Amino acid sequence: MPHLNAAQRHLVHFTLNGRMVRAEVENRMLLSDLLRHEIGLTGTHVGCEHGVCGACTVQIDGKPARACLTLAQQIRGSNIRTVEALVTDPAVLSPLQAAFRHHHGLQCGFCTPGILMSLDALLRERPDAGRKEIREHLSGHLCRCTGYATIIEAALDAAEEQRKEETPNA
Amino acid sequence: MTRLETAGALIGRTVERVEDAGLLTGRGRYIDDLPVRRDTAHLAILRSPHGHAEIRAIDTTAARALPGVFTVLTGEDVARLTRSMTVGVKANVECWPIARDRVRYVGEPVALVVAENRYVAEDALDLIEVDYAKLAAVVDPEKALAADAQVLHPSLGTNLINERIFRYGDPEAALATAAHRISIRIAYPRNSCTPIETYGVIAEYDPGEDAYDVTANFQGPFSIHAVISRALNVPGNRMRLRTPPDSGGSFGIKQGVFPYVILAAVAARVAGRPVKWIEDRLEHLTASVSATNRVTALEAAVAADGRITALFWDQLEDCGAHLRAPEPATLYRMHGNMTGAYAIENVAIRNRVVLTNKTPTGLNRGFGGPQVYFALERLVHKIAVELGLDRLDVIRRNLVPADAFPYRTATGGLLDSGDYRVALDRALGEGGLEAMRLRRDEARAEGRLYGIGYAAVVEPSVSNMSYITTVLTPEERAKAGPKNGAQAVATIAIDPLGSVTVKVASVPQGQGHRTVLAQVVAERLGLSLEAVRVNAELDTARDAWSIASGNYASRFAAAVAGAAALAADRIRDRLAAIAAAQLNVTADSVDFGAGKLFDRNNPDNAVSFGRVAAASHWAPGTLPDGTGQTIRETVFWTPEQLEAPTATDGINSSLCHGFIFDFCGVEIDRTTGQVRIDRYVTMHDCGRILHPGMVDGQVRGGFAQAVGAALYEEYAYGGDGSFLTGTLADYLIPTVMETPEPLILHHETLSPFTPLGAKGVGEGNCMSTPVCIANAVADALGVEDIQLPLSPSRVSEWLYGEERPPSKPRDPTPAATGASGERMLTGSGSAEVTATRDSVWAMLLDPNTLKAIIPGAHEVRKVSDTHFRAEVTLGIGPVKGRYRADIRLSDMVEPEAVTLSGGTEGALGSGRGTGRVTLTETTTGTRIDYRYEAAIGGKVASVGGRLLDGAARVVIGQFFQALARHAGSASDAIGLKKRLSTLFRRRR
Ligand code: FES
Ligand code: FES
Repeated sequence: MPHLNAAQRHLVHFTLNGRMVRAEVENRMLLSDLLRHEIGLTGTHVGCEHGVCGACTVQIDGKPARACLTLAQQIRGSNIRTVEALVTDPAVLSPLQAAFRHHHGLQCGFCTPGILMSLDALLRERPDAGRKEIREHLSGHLCRCTGYATIIEAALDAAEEQRKEETPNA
Repeated sequence: MTRLETAGALIGRTVERVEDAGLLTGRGRYIDDLPVRRDTAHLAILRSPHGHAEIRAIDTTAARALPGVFTVLTGEDVARLTRSMTVGVKANVECWPIARDRVRYVGEPVALVVAENRYVAEDALDLIEVDYAKLAAVVDPEKALAADAQVLHPSLGTNLINERIFRYGDPEAALATAAHRISIRIAYPRNSCTPIETYGVIAEYDPGEDAYDVTANFQGPFSIHAVISRALNVPGNRMRLRTPPDSGGSFGIKQGVFPYVILAAVAARVAGRPVKWIEDRLEHLTASVSATNRVTALEAAVAADGRITALFWDQLEDCGAHLRAPEPATLYRMHGNMTGAYAIENVAIRNRVVLTNKTPTGLNRGFGGPQVYFALERLVHKIAVELGLDRLDVIRRNLVPADAFPYRTATGGLLDSGDYRVALDRALGEGGLEAMRLRRDEARAEGRLYGIGYAAVVEPSVSNMSYITTVLTPEERAKAGPKNGAQAVATIAIDPLGSVTVKVASVPQGQGHRTVLAQVVAERLGLSLEAVRVNAELDTARDAWSIASGNYASRFAAAVAGAAALAADRIRDRLAAIAAAQLNVTADSVDFGAGKLFDRNNPDNAVSFGRVAAASHWAPGTLPDGTGQTIRETVFWTPEQLEAPTATDGINSSLCHGFIFDFCGVEIDRTTGQVRIDRYVTMHDCGRILHPGMVDGQVRGGFAQAVGAALYEEYAYGGDGSFLTGTLADYLIPTVMETPEPLILHHETLSPFTPLGAKGVGEGNCMSTPVCIANAVADALGVEDIQLPLSPSRVSEWLYGEERPPSKPRDPTPAATGASGERMLTGSGSAEVTATRDSVWAMLLDPNTLKAIIPGAHEVRKVSDTHFRAEVTLGIGPVKGRYRADIRLSDMVEPEAVTLSGGTEGALGSGRGTGRVTLTETTTGTRIDYRYEAAIGGKVASVGGRLLDGAARVVIGQFFQALARHAGSASDAIGLKKRLSTLFRRRR
């Protein structure tokens, strides 16, 4: 990272949900604030701003990361994905989202975008993830509404769905 | 009342939620997502670092001068434009949303900054100087009552703000003739169901109309609207309160946003522009709201067979620093069901409310239930153990019998319906108690610690708005005028294309109200789920609402959904009359289904719903005489059973009473003291189930929070009032790894008092689960005095206390807790530098050198030769803060030794300490030896001890490294750094 002058705003370029973005930000600007308040993508939520709750999880170059612990300056040239990118057609939920709806994997929905971004990364990296792996992966997220069981069911279901789709029915 | 028939086409089915598509794609509209006016400024709040202190002076000059700051307000500024908030008991106290002459809890607002953005507003907080004079803090509710206790509110003259004594039946006579008297004493801790979304407020003031317009993620009850309007000194119609479409959970907590509604409204008025405030997590945990902690002494008169004939309750409720509306409601919400699920004829109650230097309390899921049932169900467990009876037999013997419903309790509650014994027996059978007992026996045979716990509770729902007046004496009540009921409201509207919209004032916080209402109304009108749209946010300037509106006391399914059903039926009857004329049949033969109205006897004779429904818009003149319009129907419904308290203090505090019976098996790890839940079974009777998936979701969610309350969560305070659990790394919410999956069972007995037969279900496990787990732990350990949370450290104290003394005596010096709850740190070390002793001595006394070598110093000023002031920023773990340090030198032996003593103070905490530094000449230069002793209070003290000790060593090490660098050559410094780091690693 280049040396930055604290008194000035600095330009950052990055890819956000497939599109190039440039933004001029103060050095101390958090990625979560940049996404929500400068760019206006409010799907990424903020629950603690100290890295515990996981609500702010986005994907940076394919890996889940806490947007509240990332400075906007740190993402120069990176590829960022947020919950808004999970659907390609706004009227159709992705299999993971559809599984959440089917299993009641959410109530207030505040923790949900972060959890979806984590699970999306997990299922891409390890399509054969089972209950144990999913649980461990989810342990970085707090949900205060659901008691988690339905989230796990949804994730297992989505993983299975994904495997079916990927197996060519020869 | 007449029972409404439910066909069951939609009600009772687990349909997918209409809320979810938006929430899953990032299109939710929570408060921080809403568009605001372009000139909106941001509010930040300076908060008290002390549990109890007088404010001597506040200097806001530097903060006001910061570019980007619009205004700064102190408590006095706010007081000039507002009135004290209403207090729910007769007492000579004021209740302000911001401190004036005194701070009474850590986190209490002290000053408000309005600035162009949140970053600048928070910068300005650092520039406000507050001069505090610390007072003794009162933390323990019992000690708060001592004659010499520091009084929080001098006008009150005592910390006891309310006391009432109640007597029902003849408890003394029952005790005199009882075979046994068995008692228990409980200190129930503070905790919070803290949601993941924090508070948020957007406020605006219109000077032309002297009117406020506020959007807040408030959850109700809207009786609080009156409190806000009065405090802001405007009529209710000039205080428009709106809620955002989505809320990130509440569990009662977001009722507590209302003092911030007042603060943001005043800030907007003074700043002359809209103001937005989003609370951060540290603020939320420290100072939003908390459940009450309560000390309970409970005694029972017991017959030889375990039958309880009288209960004597002595409850001491700790409501924190101020009695904020609707408190002391936590203490009175359960008043009608203080006998739980049991038929107990005689009850005596003493209720006392005490104020202490903690965050004011408010609504929290379970509201009063956890505190009451923890005492009652621990007592029932103890009765069985002491009398050598089977615990289940004691429970069964005391349960309200099935033929007694509706059952009037001794304290005036009316238990609506139930079949407690059958529900209990079904739970034991279907939940597998026998298998659990076998596992317990096996475990015990192997020397493992396994216990089984039970808990039977009634879950009240739909609060009587008058229960809180039970805190007043009958005479005071008579003077204040009657209060009763709980108005629920629903509106159904039909537009010109004949589609249906439902509007309720239920302010959902994630519970899927819109889905359930669509089910209820669609079913009654013969429509598909998608044909009905529901709006559940609230705007007090536009919508139908009452003081009972909002999302609390589990009132949705029983009251709100019921009101919607009644409204749908009124519309349905009129539509049937209109269709009858068109179909040439009588209205009572018109049926609804598949989007049509048809002749029941000839379904082909049909007309579309839309056509009939829209007739009121397009052709009102063609409607049959006397039918009335079908454009909009609003139903207010209040149940007649919710009467005012009687002259003898009987109160039916809630309309519905669900039944819960839980049992669980836990195993305790002998080595770590960890409690593992082997199996948990929870049986619910919540009346008619409207949406099974959501009911189970409520049960699971409440259960997970209750597991947290039982095993991990506590809002902990130090003896000086410092708050010790200010981050989610300290306040431990269960993750998926700590949350077992309960077996959920249902037994439906419909409520005769609600339109749909439903009862509330969302809070029950917060009441039943903590004590069920505690009873299992008591069974496993044979320990009677069980305190929550059952953390491994607490459990191992019982384990080792019973089985063997600690193998090593504890090291008395490091990281003990100071007398006043501060955290003590001690340490020592040494460093060698190449400079001469005289020059090291001179450096230690020179402000410029000190500024260069003190880690994080911005400024060091010399007040006198032996007195320095420094400003430093230090980060310890996740807690970074700016501190002001005052350092004095004494016992100076130039150039050999000096004692530094001083204190430091900042938003995140305070510290004081002394250090002795000695300088010895060596062949290569000077050796510096130091030892220090420090006490730390405030939020920094809540950082884990190991982290804090380590951080202190690092900071002190950095100081001497910098000194060495300053004093010696570069190459020496590198060698020295190595030596220092080994030295520091070795020391501990
Ligand atoms: S907001 Fe980032 S982890 Fe909680
Ligand atoms: S759904 Fe509300 S926090 Fe997870």
